[in-house]
Amino acid sequence: MPDIQEVTVDDLKHLVSEKAIQGETMLLNMGPQHPSTHGVLRLLLELDGETVINCIPDIGFLHTGIEKNMEAKTYQKAEVMSDRLDYMNPVGNNLAYSMAVEKLVELDVPVRAQAIRVILAELTRYQSHLVWLGTAALDLAAMSMFLYCFREREYILDVMELCSGQRMMTTYIRPGGLWRDVPVEFEAAVRNILKTFPKRIDEYEALLTRNPLMLDRTLGIGRLTGEECLNFGVTGPMLRASGVKWDLRKTRPYSGYEQYDFEVPTRPEGDVYARFLVRLEEMRQSLKIVEQALNKLPMGPVRSNNFKFVPPPRSEIGVSMEALIHHFKLWTDGFNAPKGSIYNAVESPRGELGVYLESDGGPKPYRIHWRTPSFDNLQSIPLMAKGVLVADLVAIIGSIDIVLGDVDR
Amino acid sequence: MGVEQKLGNMGVVTTTLEQAVAWSRTNAMWPLLFGLACCAIEMMSAQASHYDMSRFGMELMRPSPRQSDLMIVAGRVSRKMAPVLRRLYDQMPEPKWVISMGDCASCGGVFNNYAVVQGVDEVVPVDVYVAGCPPRPEALIHGVLTLYEKVRGIKFADVQK
Ligand code: SF4
Repeated sequence: MPDIQEVTVDDLKHLVSEKAIQGETMLLNMGPQHPSTHGVLRLLLELDGETVINCIPDIGFLHTGIEKNMEAKTYQKAEVMSDRLDYMNPVGNNLAYSMAVEKLVELDVPVRAQAIRVILAELTRYQSHLVWLGTAALDLAAMSMFLYCFREREYILDVMELCSGQRMMTTYIRPGGLWRDVPVEFEAAVRNILKTFPKRIDEYEALLTRNPLMLDRTLGIGRLTGEECLNFGVTGPMLRASGVKWDLRKTRPYSGYEQYDFEVPTRPEGDVYARFLVRLEEMRQSLKIVEQALNKLPMGPVRSNNFKFVPPPRSEIGVSMEALIHHFKLWTDGFNAPKGSIYNAVESPRGELGVYLESDGGPKPYRIHWRTPSFDNLQSIPLMAKGVLVADLVAIIGSIDIVLGDVDR
Repeated sequence: MGVEQKLGNMGVVTTTLEQAVAWSRTNAMWPLLFGLACCAIEMMSAQASHYDMSRFGMELMRPSPRQSDLMIVAGRVSRKMAPVLRRLYDQMPEPKWVISMGDCASCGGVFNNYAVVQGVDEVVPVDVYVAGCPPRPEALIHGVLTLYEKVRGIKFADVQK
């Protein structure tokens, strides 16, 4: 095991200002073990008193080698890794990956599967925003929010568990459809969520939206203009809180999002408070989408019947020789994808989540790359942190909603 | 009600120092607030309203290693993080315990590659392993209770040796 590398100020010359070398300003490490960096992020701060002059993020403490690991597995097996990438949005990652594979091998997905995908993806977005709300409010010392948000989150995890047997890492969405159809209890469970959650959002609003402590800590802090966001490649709620109306679900609809009627909330201010409002409104819109999708959930199969790429149903294996052969082929060799490359993006709770797949014609992806929103959003920290107080920096980190698994991969 | 009933009418209890110490250690164990990856979210769930680990004297997470007794390694440990983790462990005061939460921390899990330490026991001594990817909050609580059993069994004579 390598030991921690000792670094002198001279080694940091290219990162910090002249004053730090002369000892006029202070260099301070925040993280990698710090309660408000939301994981293992390390920030090197150059401070003048309590004012941040420079903020240099140091990432990679959670580098997992997910991309390389996926390249060593066949297309179906690689999907398991994708859940663990952005662990607040496992269903969204599955969706992005499955859609990329479907595009590559030209698979059709039945409409029922598409609708269920949308429901689960929106519930996951809600769940991710809940965890964000709980932890970001905790950073601003609002302890009770954390407890409320995690109470609600359990309802959504129950639905996930109902469908897939797992609470977080579901791997339920598969290339070509779903693993299996949803159980009969699914509808009642989701309806229960739809009934109780709007009231709960009102409760959060009552606690936070007009709370003077909250306003003091967030109004005008961490401003980003729409143009700066675009320059940094910032996407998702952060971009929309800076006044740019860009949401892949609207601008490039996928998986049937064009059928649903929902708003894309935006705010012009671009500060921490605006991001809070945008996310809260997104939670409402997510519920709206779930309700519409559930109301017109079509019947039918949930998996493509192209057995060259999708395993045949279990019941057929016993009676059909062909099904048995397909099954055997798929689970031993996998399928060969045609040569080519594909980029597919979905709207994750944090922004544009893209998968780039390159195939050399074999059963395994030749190269797979994830364009993760947190990574790009994190790049804007040095800009936002200039001149703020250390306490405000905590609020800013919270407002980006970074997931370190997403940043470091 | 409660402890008064057990005291009888004398207001005195007799016990051994060993038992009293173990009892107090298990009822106020302060874990280090230290999340690495996905498992940390389930650790947070275990702490939050539904599972409420404070029932077992664990409501106080300490962000400073110097104030904590228990390190819950929740998530995959990368090669870059391993020395940091060891330093955190070294900073914790004795007696200290480690729970390795999840498959990644216990054995590398699904990530058998260049970046992930194949089991945190390469870096720090582990007392309890909790399996699962991620383990359910109940599983973590079970791991904690298993650790309590271990702590209750600690004899002073063994420690002094
Ligand atoms: S064991 Fe699973 S859930 Fe836990 S850190 Fe590893 S991949 Fe994530």
